[in-house]
Amino acid sequence: MSFLDINIFGLMGQLLVGLINGSFYALLALGLAIIFGLLRIINFAQGALYMLGAFVAWLGLQHLGMNYWVALFVVPVVVGLIGILMERFFIRPIANEDHLYSLLLTFGLALILQGTFTHMFGSSGMSYNIPDALKGGNNLGFMYLPTYRAWIILVSLVVCLGAWWVIEKTSLGSYLRAGTENPALLQAFGVNVPMMITLTFGFGVALAGLAGVLAAPIYSVSPDMGSNILIVVFAIVVIGGMGSIGGAILTGLGMGVVEGLTKYFYPEASTTVIFMVMVLVLLLKPAGLFGKEA
Amino acid sequence: MKQVIKTLAAAVTLGSALMAAPSMAGGISDDKVRIGVLADMGGPYGDLCGRNCVAAVEMAVEDFGGKVLGKKIDVLSADDQNKPDFGSAKAREWLESEGVDAINGLVASSVVGAVSQVTRSNEKPTLISGAGSNTFTTKTCSPFNAHWSYDVVALANGTVKPLVDSGKKKWFFITADYSFGHALEKVATGVIESNGGKVVGAARAPLGTNDYSSFVLQAMSSGADVVALANAGKDFVNSLKGAVEFGLSEQATLAGLLVFASDTKAIDPSIIGNMRLTTGFYWDRDDQSREWAKRFVDRTGAVPTMAHAGAYSSTMHYLNAVKEAGTDEGKAVMSKMKELKPNDFFARNATLRSDGRMVHDMYQVRVKTDSERKNDHDLYEIEKVIPGDQAFGAQLPECDFK
Amino acid sequence: MTSSASVHNIRNLGIALILVGLVAPLVVYPVFLMKFLCFALFACAFNLMLGFVGMLSFGHAAFLSTGGYVTGYLMTQVGLSTELGVLAGTIVAGVLGFIFGKLSVKREGIYFAMVTLALAQLVFFFYLQAPFTGGEDGMQPIPRGELFGLIDMKDNFNMYYFVLAVFVIGFSIIYRTIHSPFGQVLKAIRENEPRAVSLGYNVRDYKLMAFVISATLAGMAGATKALVFELESLTDAHWHMSGEVVLMTLLGGMGTIFGPVVGAAIVVAITTIFSGGQMGNYIHIIMGVIFVICVLSFRRGVVGEFNHFMQKNFTASGLGK
Repeated sequence: MSFLDINIFGLMGQLLVGLINGSFYALLALGLAIIFGLLRIINFAQGALYMLGAFVAWLGLQHLGMNYWVALFVVPVVVGLIGILMERFFIRPIANEDHLYSLLLTFGLALILQGTFTHMFGSSGMSYNIPDALKGGNNLGFMYLPTYRAWIILVSLVVCLGAWWVIEKTSLGSYLRAGTENPALLQAFGVNVPMMITLTFGFGVALAGLAGVLAAPIYSVSPDMGSNILIVVFAIVVIGGMGSIGGAILTGLGMGVVEGLTKYFYPEASTTVIFMVMVLVLLLKPAGLFGKEA
Repeated sequence: MKQVIKTLAAAVTLGSALMAAPSMAGGISDDKVRIGVLADMGGPYGDLCGRNCVAAVEMAVEDFGGKVLGKKIDVLSADDQNKPDFGSAKAREWLESEGVDAINGLVASSVVGAVSQVTRSNEKPTLISGAGSNTFTTKTCSPFNAHWSYDVVALANGTVKPLVDSGKKKWFFITADYSFGHALEKVATGVIESNGGKVVGAARAPLGTNDYSSFVLQAMSSGADVVALANAGKDFVNSLKGAVEFGLSEQATLAGLLVFASDTKAIDPSIIGNMRLTTGFYWDRDDQSREWAKRFVDRTGAVPTMAHAGAYSSTMHYLNAVKEAGTDEGKAVMSKMKELKPNDFFARNATLRSDGRMVHDMYQVRVKTDSERKNDHDLYEIEKVIPGDQAFGAQLPECDFK
Repeated sequence: MTSSASVHNIRNLGIALILVGLVAPLVVYPVFLMKFLCFALFACAFNLMLGFVGMLSFGHAAFLSTGGYVTGYLMTQVGLSTELGVLAGTIVAGVLGFIFGKLSVKREGIYFAMVTLALAQLVFFFYLQAPFTGGEDGMQPIPRGELFGLIDMKDNFNMYYFVLAVFVIGFSIIYRTIHSPFGQVLKAIRENEPRAVSLGYNVRDYKLMAFVISATLAGMAGATKALVFELESLTDAHWHMSGEVVLMTLLGGMGTIFGPVVGAAIVVAITTIFSGGQMGNYIHIIMGVIFVICVLSFRRGVVGEFNHFMQKNFTASGLGK
């Protein structure tokens, strides 16, 4: 094997790893984009809710013996319910104010959540084992792909495509979109708009909870896991075009790959490259790659 | 208006006079000995020192009797959040306005660097129990530093050299991209090269990286015999997990260069079992260390790390020096600390060198596997004791502060 | 609301506060006061954008840190006198503000916030990697130097009065800006931008100018702060700092003259109180609670609510609207 081969193999490995990270980004960005696109709420607590998802899974395992497969369904529901309470008691009262207030409010909620968990569980992180059925991996020739990582890509793609399909292609989705365009009219047709908003928010938040469960076995479950990723995911939503569901998914995957490439060529910049892209996109195409000019 | 200005001027003059009160020669200043513990309380290094370093210092004060030379000993604590600006601001406030006489704890290298500037200009002993960079006794050495638990030189000598000697010559580093990681990589590289090995590559991972898969892939394609993890705390835990997940551990030896007992405990034994590493303290060494550890565990519930034990030991030595010197004046205490030999459950065959390096026995340990562990805190088997003079580097002539 | 009585009130209050500022270090630890003054200036500078132009910049940390690093570098390497060091940091921050502004003022609302955030992240990355900043270690020790080459600033009292002077200068610039015809146009833009455009104002130039002033003064705060602590670190460049200044402004009352000062005082006091002991974790919780309370039921902030109360009950104006 020549030196060049190793490099090409290495590069392919980095691309695949980038795609795995990209699936996380896509899942989190999707939640943010749904909430913003349909409700015009900037949810800065999305990262904290992702952390909450991982913690609920871990706590469930510790105290209730809830295994991974159960957690995969239960945790998003629990986190979604918490999101619904959040929407009902904190966000709804300021629904008619400037977007910036919802950003500041959810930023505050994120601080509270993170601070509380740090206080209760310390910060060094808890470990959560990979379920037996997903242990091991396959040698792809250019790299060893752990089964669990493949599973992440699969789950994330299925969920993202499903959500996109529901919102863009079904009548439920068209109600949702109509609700943001003209809530009064939709209300007149007998749709309970406030309820619909609450449920949509809950769904967006549940996606963060799901991402949290997926992340628990490979990253350590720690209170600051959300604040690190939030700002990146936020940038992804902006790059994709705020409110564009498909844009968030594609940009999430794409940015994972870009980050992977950066880690290969200039690892120190890997945490910053997304912001470089963001500056360029906002300067050249202010509404984002897939957004429509408002 | 004139009257106001006059009053102001008088008040300012009076104030300056009060602030400039000279330090006392001999005796205990303001009738109290105050020890400030500065550490990361809730961040990534919170478990290896943090609140339990405060507990360790309090234990030492209680064991000492709560008083020295008839004056009460107070322990203060603060969270530096691993930020040099927070740390130095707090240290400044303590020393300049709250009569603190010595600072202990001190985990993040960046914080120690900033704090030791402040303690140096205020002439107060700085007991570094948590941090590991060797610069505190070389490049930025100060007459007021007492670097207690370990340093990167001891870690490299303890962990790297035996591996190179055993024939593992090609090394790859996954390094935390900040000063401590760089220092560790540099010192370890020196040890590798002087023993006939070579470094085939390094990946610098930003501090607090969650996903190490890219760096692990780079390490795998480098063909190295050993992949060294030059990082600490949560970075170490995450990088090790990534390395095992992607099968790096099957093709190369993984070497954790700085591992605290709290990290070992946080990682599944199937991942970290049988790893060999170097530590300045392990609780299950002899009766004396077990007795102390038992009291520590009863008090905190946590497994004691070398930082916790070091915080206790350095506090004890400091108080002994205050007692012998008959004063808490910084210079006198430092020279007494260097004159007396530290000797307790932590500090074995120990001496505080004139450059501020506390030289003591270090330990090469092997992490026990799941089946070997009898309880939660049963983590290591001590394989070898490294005498202090072999573990720690030579002293620089420009850092000779008697 | 801009009756002569109001201007009078503010002037009297200002003089009273300066007098308090002159004697304060006799009672309170001077470094604490200096920290407060630096953050108060920072928040006032930020408020010029948020409160008086109605644009939320999420990148002001870049200016604070630029002021600090440039001043720190020059003090360390060139050994300037104190006032020249601060001046240099302030100017460079202003130039950076011009670049940021050129790129961002075209955007509005959340997009403006995001462009400034992204640019600030690039600045953060530069300071993280550039060797002269010392990376995570921070830049230290930065000598405080000598004022006009004469007065030794190592003494906390001398330094304090210098910082107080810097604050008063910065604050006066902001006050003058707001109460000038230029400031009136800014307010017009905030209230109704299309109308300002139709009246023939070049709105972008006004916004850019305001942004540059805001960035310059934020840089001045950062330069001064670096000297107070004899240290500059990445904390000042991190996006959390950009968030913290929003909190100060919101808490004190955005769009009021004294609001950011009050907000800064509260935030600095809270962080100082809770950094002692082992209560570090509570800082985040408390900050979060403050954010939530402010947004939900206290949107005018301390000073804003006070003014509102005064107007409602006494019809006299409050602390400078």
